[in-house]
Amino acid sequence: MLLQRMARFWHIAVRRAPRSDCDSTIQPLKSPACGVFPRIARTFAVPDKNIIEIKDVSFAYGKRPILTGINMSIPRGATVAIMGISGSGKTTLLRLIAGVMKANQGEVWVDGQRVNDLDGAGIYRLRRRLGMMFQFGALFTDLSVFDNVAFQMREHTDLPPAMIRDLVMMKLHAVGLRGAHRMMPAELSGGMARRVALARAIALDPMLMLYDEPFTGLDPIAMGVIRNLITELNSALGATSIVVTHDVQEALEVVDYVYYLSKGKMVAHGTPDEFRQTTDPLVRQFVYGEIDGPEAFHYHARPLAEDLRLSAGGDN
Amino acid sequence: MAIHKGLSLRGIGAKAIDSVLRLGYAARFIARTAASSGTSLRRPRLVIRELYFTGVLSLIIILVSGLFVGMVLGFQGYHTLQTYGSESALGVLVALSLVRELGPVVAALLFASRAGSAMTAEIGLMKATEQLSAMEMMAVDPIARVVAPRFWAGVISMPLLAAMFSAMGIFGGYLVGVVLIGVDEGSFWSQMQSAVDFREDIMNGVIKSVVFGFAVTWISLFEGYDAPPTAEGVSGATTRTVVTSSLAILALDFLLTAFMFRGV
Repeated sequence: MLLQRMARFWHIAVRRAPRSDCDSTIQPLKSPACGVFPRIARTFAVPDKNIIEIKDVSFAYGKRPILTGINMSIPRGATVAIMGISGSGKTTLLRLIAGVMKANQGEVWVDGQRVNDLDGAGIYRLRRRLGMMFQFGALFTDLSVFDNVAFQMREHTDLPPAMIRDLVMMKLHAVGLRGAHRMMPAELSGGMARRVALARAIALDPMLMLYDEPFTGLDPIAMGVIRNLITELNSALGATSIVVTHDVQEALEVVDYVYYLSKGKMVAHGTPDEFRQTTDPLVRQFVYGEIDGPEAFHYHARPLAEDLRLSAGGDN
Repeated sequence: MAIHKGLSLRGIGAKAIDSVLRLGYAARFIARTAASSGTSLRRPRLVIRELYFTGVLSLIIILVSGLFVGMVLGFQGYHTLQTYGSESALGVLVALSLVRELGPVVAALLFASRAGSAMTAEIGLMKATEQLSAMEMMAVDPIARVVAPRFWAGVISMPLLAAMFSAMGIFGGYLVGVVLIGVDEGSFWSQMQSAVDFREDIMNGVIKSVVFGFAVTWISLFEGYDAPPTAEGVSGATTRTVVTSSLAILALDFLLTAFMFRGV
């Protein structure tokens, strides 16, 4: 009793946001704006042209700036890459879009909603329409492949088990792992785990797919499989995809448009062909993997002679 | 030198502030867990699954330890009581020491090292492998889905485990006292029955074990949830769980005993 009252109090006091159509107590079939059929909703809604608008966004951890003055717009249905070397702030940008963190300055708009203004419940409502594939899959290790893919359906919908089974099998079939549905994540290879993660991410047919380093640490075949799946799923779902990566060649083959980040700033953007033929030294160094250039090989340090104690200044 | 002194003073201050901050985080964490328990109430299966991992899988160590503790009590108790010619009170001695003190305390210590450390490591690793972030990205609150069911499973299973520990201990005392040494069976049981009071002894023991279960589970879950997402971080958190839980159990036991048994 006490617990129930506490839970109710929590709903009233903290989660004051009104219950929406997307609430888990309502059958998704009756509310096409969310759940398993978001695409139906899109045909009725009047969509903005751009699903994502990022206006002059800055973000800092304490005093350490991570992103400064980012502007970006991503049209619906596009596949876009955000590239940059490690530590350039691309994952942070992805997190700002998903509402994991909020921008210190500027505005992030996703599907007509200003993410800066959303409260916890609003962010959760938005996330139900996002799919995210993590760098190493982030599968739930205590659940089987089947249960991993079924996870969101069970949490957010009241679909009967038979329908969940069919949907899960279809998703697993799409990534070629229907036969592995009984396996546990520990039994999967890296590439298979990534494919299961992909199936899990598309479980509720998201309108926006976020891929965090989807190619890292995969063998060439697995990489090709994931690359194909990203393209195929994008056209099958009609979703928008954002791929955060530093695997240049893979990404350039998959995406329609590329944004390039360096030290928290958006320094270049263009189509993959423009990127391949660029004369910008910063982008060239990245695309062709030159070890030294505008992105210095050496981390900021004192002059070598000082560190080797060859000069008067290096005696400490 | 002055700079050095200033630095170390600042270091002490920073540590003090840090520990107060962590205490605050832990309090907010448990408040959030309690407030997010709706999911666990609506879906008791989640709690039952955790009851299996924290309770049922701890049974072996609890039962075996209980048996041995009881048998040792049988030997030691007999040795002492025999000096005063009152070995027939062996049953009372074994039962009271187990039900009032050893049952709740030793079972809680074992629970902390068996189930508590496992909970910390599991949640810490779930965090390190981004499983908790993935859950948040799927709009599922990890506190409601992962933490709360484990919390209630811990609070429920602790008194049950303590009761089984005591029962097993009494059986151990019986084996040694009656079967092995040959204390009179009738007086062993009848004196126990008349001397052990339900409210004063058994209920107070149950209250203790509930409090210990609450404390151990809280510490374990918080350490796991708060662990730095690295191998080092998780191992440190697991160690802290066992150390902090054990100290908390002993300190709480002292406090509770002081309140419960005054004047008795």
